[in-house]
Amino acid sequence: MNPIIANLLTEPVGVSHYVVVGAFMFTCGVLCMATKRNALGILMGIEMVLNGANLNFIAFGSRYLRNDANSLGLDGQLISLFVIVLAAAEAAVALAIVLNFYNNTGSIDVDGADQLRG
Amino acid sequence: MAGLINDFLNWLPLGWPVAHDSWLGLLIAGVVHIALILQLVAVSALVFIWLERKISGRIQDRLGPTRVGGKFGWLQTLADGLKLLTKEDLTPDGADKMLFKIAPYVSFCASIAAFIAIPFAGGVYPWIAQHLNTGVFFVLAVMGLEVFGVILAGYSSASKWSLFGAMREAAQVVSYEVPLGMCVVVPVLIAGSLDMVVIGDRQAGLFTNWLVFHDPFTFVTACVYFTCAMASVNRAPFDLAEAESELVAGFHTEYSGLRWSFFFMAEYGSMFAVSILAAILFFGGWHGPVPITSMLGLSGEVGSIGWGLAQAIGLANVLLKGTIGVCVMIWVRWTLPRMRIDQVMTTCLKYCTPIAAAMFLGATLWQYKLPGKNFFGILDLPEAAYEVSEGWQREDASDVGGEDRIADVGANRTHGNNTKGWR
Amino acid sequence: MDAIYWPSFFFLLFSFIACAFALGVLLAKNIVRMAFYLVLSLSSTAGLFFLAGADFVGAMQLMIYVGGTLVLLIFGVMLTSQERFIEMRTSSGEWVVAFFIGLMLFFTLGKAAFGVAAWSGLDRETAEAVQVEQTVTPLAMGLLGARVDKLDEPDAAKQEGMAGYLFQFEIVSVHLLVVLVGAAYLARAKRKASGASAGGS
Repeated sequence: MNPIIANLLTEPVGVSHYVVVGAFMFTCGVLCMATKRNALGILMGIEMVLNGANLNFIAFGSRYLRNDANSLGLDGQLISLFVIVLAAAEAAVALAIVLNFYNNTGSIDVDGADQLRG
Repeated sequence: MAGLINDFLNWLPLGWPVAHDSWLGLLIAGVVHIALILQLVAVSALVFIWLERKISGRIQDRLGPTRVGGKFGWLQTLADGLKLLTKEDLTPDGADKMLFKIAPYVSFCASIAAFIAIPFAGGVYPWIAQHLNTGVFFVLAVMGLEVFGVILAGYSSASKWSLFGAMREAAQVVSYEVPLGMCVVVPVLIAGSLDMVVIGDRQAGLFTNWLVFHDPFTFVTACVYFTCAMASVNRAPFDLAEAESELVAGFHTEYSGLRWSFFFMAEYGSMFAVSILAAILFFGGWHGPVPITSMLGLSGEVGSIGWGLAQAIGLANVLLKGTIGVCVMIWVRWTLPRMRIDQVMTTCLKYCTPIAAAMFLGATLWQYKLPGKNFFGILDLPEAAYEVSEGWQREDASDVGGEDRIADVGANRTHGNNTKGWR
Repeated sequence: MDAIYWPSFFFLLFSFIACAFALGVLLAKNIVRMAFYLVLSLSSTAGLFFLAGADFVGAMQLMIYVGGTLVLLIFGVMLTSQERFIEMRTSSGEWVVAFFIGLMLFFTLGKAAFGVAAWSGLDRETAEAVQVEQTVTPLAMGLLGARVDKLDEPDAAKQEGMAGYLFQFEIVSVHLLVVLVGAAYLARAKRKASGASAGGS
C-alpha cells in the first residue's frame, strides 16, 4: 500500500492531499458543465471549478502544509480572494444573461440558444 | 482547557492513566461548549417567546399568558413546546421530501453556529467557544447561511405561498447584507480589529468609551445596524417572508410540529445573536455603563475567584444587553405595521445603503482628524484602549518584521491609534 | 500505532464531505438539490480553508460564495422554473463519455499532485511547531500595496516582486462596478411587444 495513504491519519497532510481534493472538485465541475443542459446547472459547475482552483491556491500558500522558502505564502490567499470576488461578479452577470435568455426563449435549456446557427 | 480536563481525569481514580494531551479532554471540552451554546439558544428562545407574548399583550392592552406555571404564565412556552412535540409531522404530497425535511435543521444549525465565535466575557482568557481573529466576519458569514433553510423550505413545500415567501426572503436578505456589512465595518475600523474580544475590550471603563458614542457617525451607524439586523433576521416590520395577512404563513405554511418549532428557535436564536453582536460592537459588550468590577477590585489573575466573578458580571452584561435588544425588536414588531415588499427594498437600497456608506466615510474621516478622541470628540481616549488595540500588532511586527520596522511603527504610534499603524 | 493527528482527521472528514457532495452536484437531477449539495460542498471547503490556516478566506468563502452567490443562483432557479421541480435529463451515452473523460482528467491531476516530493507534507514535529499567524492585517495591507508578511525577504529578486496587490485590487473594484451596472442593465424588466417606443430605453 502506498505509504502516503497508509499513515494518512497519523501524519500531517501535505499539499498533495489538498491538490487531490481540488482536482476532484475540478473534475466534478468540468463534468457538470459538460453534462447539464440547464444554464444554471452549468453555472454551478463553473463555481465548482473555481472552487477547486481556490483550494489549490490556499494549499500552496499554507504554512501548515509546506513550510519552506518556495511556499506561496500570503499570495495564495490574496489570489483566492480575487477568485472568490470575481466568481461572485461572474455569477451576477451570468444570472442576468440567463434571465434575459429566459425572457427571449421561455426556457433556460442551453440547447435552445441556437439562433446564431447559420 | 483540554489539558486541564485531562489532568483532572488523570487525578480521578479511573483505573487507567490519561495523558495530558489525550483526545478525551478535547472531546469533553467540545461537548461542553456545544451543550452550553445549545442550551443558551434553546432556553433563550423559551424566554423570548414568553416575553414576546407578555410584551405584545401589554402593548395591546391585554394581559398575555397568565395561567400556566403561576402568576405570570412563565411556563406557557414549555406547554406550547409539549403541544408541538405531540403534533403530527406532516409532509405535503407534492413536496421534495428530502429538502423539506432537512430545511429546518439548516436554519437552526446556521443560527447556532453563529454563537461559536461570540464572546460572552473578555479579558486575557475570554469566555468564548472558539476565539477567532476574524470573529465578526465569521458571525456575519454564518448568519447569512440561515436564509438557505428558509429558501429550501419555501421551494420544497410545493406551495405557492411558500414559494413567494422564499423569494421575498432571498431578495431581502441578500440586499440587507450589504448595509449590514458596511455598518459592522465602522466599529471594526475604529477598534482596528475583526476580533470581537478586542472590539469589546476597547470599550472598557465608563459608558463614554462605548463605540456608539465615539462620534456622531457611529451613533447613526448603530441605528442603521439595528434596522438592518431586524430586516436580516426577518422580524416585523420586515417579516415579508411569513407575512400572515398575505401569504398564510409564508415559507413555513406547510410545516407543523417540531420542524416548525425549529424555524422558530432559529429565528429567536439569530435575533439574540444580532442583538449580542450589536451589544459587543456598539454598546460596550461585557463592560457595564459603569466599571463596577474594576471599582470593586475584581480583577485577579485568571482562575481566581475575583476573576470568575468579574467574568460572570461580564456574561450577565452581555446577556442583559442582548435581551434588551430583543425586547426592542419585540416592541417594534408590535407597534409598527408591516411594510410592502417594494418598501422593504426601497428602505434597503435607497436609504440604508447610502446612509451606511456615508457613515463609513464620515467615521473614517473623523478617525483621521481626531484619532485620539472619544465620546463625540470631547474626551481623550483612555490609555487602556491603546493597550488593547495595539496588543497584537506589536506581536505581529516582531513576527514578520525586523527591529527597525518595529521602531518605525512605534514612532507612528506615539500620537495616533493603531489604525494609523503601517503608514 | 501512533496517536491520531487531529488536523489530518478533520482534513479527511471535510474533504470527504466536500467530495461526496461535489459528486452529488454532478449526479443530481433536480436543480435545487444540486444547489443544496453545492452549499454543503462549498461549506466544507471553507472548513478545509480554515484547516490550512486561511481563516479570512474561509469566512469570505462562506459569506460571498455560499451566502451570496448561491442564494442568487437559487433565486434564478425560482425565477425561471416552468414546472414545479425541474428535472434534467442526460442521456446514458453522455454519462459514459463523461465518466471516462472525468476519470482520465482526475487520474492525470492526481498523478501530478503526488509527483512532487516537496508537496507530500511536513513531519509531525515540524507541523506542530508551526506558529499560528494572523492573516487579516497582512492580507489587508497586501491589498493596499504593502507586504508586511515579507519584510525580511533576503532574496533581492523576490523583493522586487512583492509590491502588493493595490493595482489588481483597483481593477477588481472597477470590474465589480461595471458588472453591477451591466447586470442591472441586462436584467432590467423589459416590456414585451408593446411597440417600438418601449424597446430601447
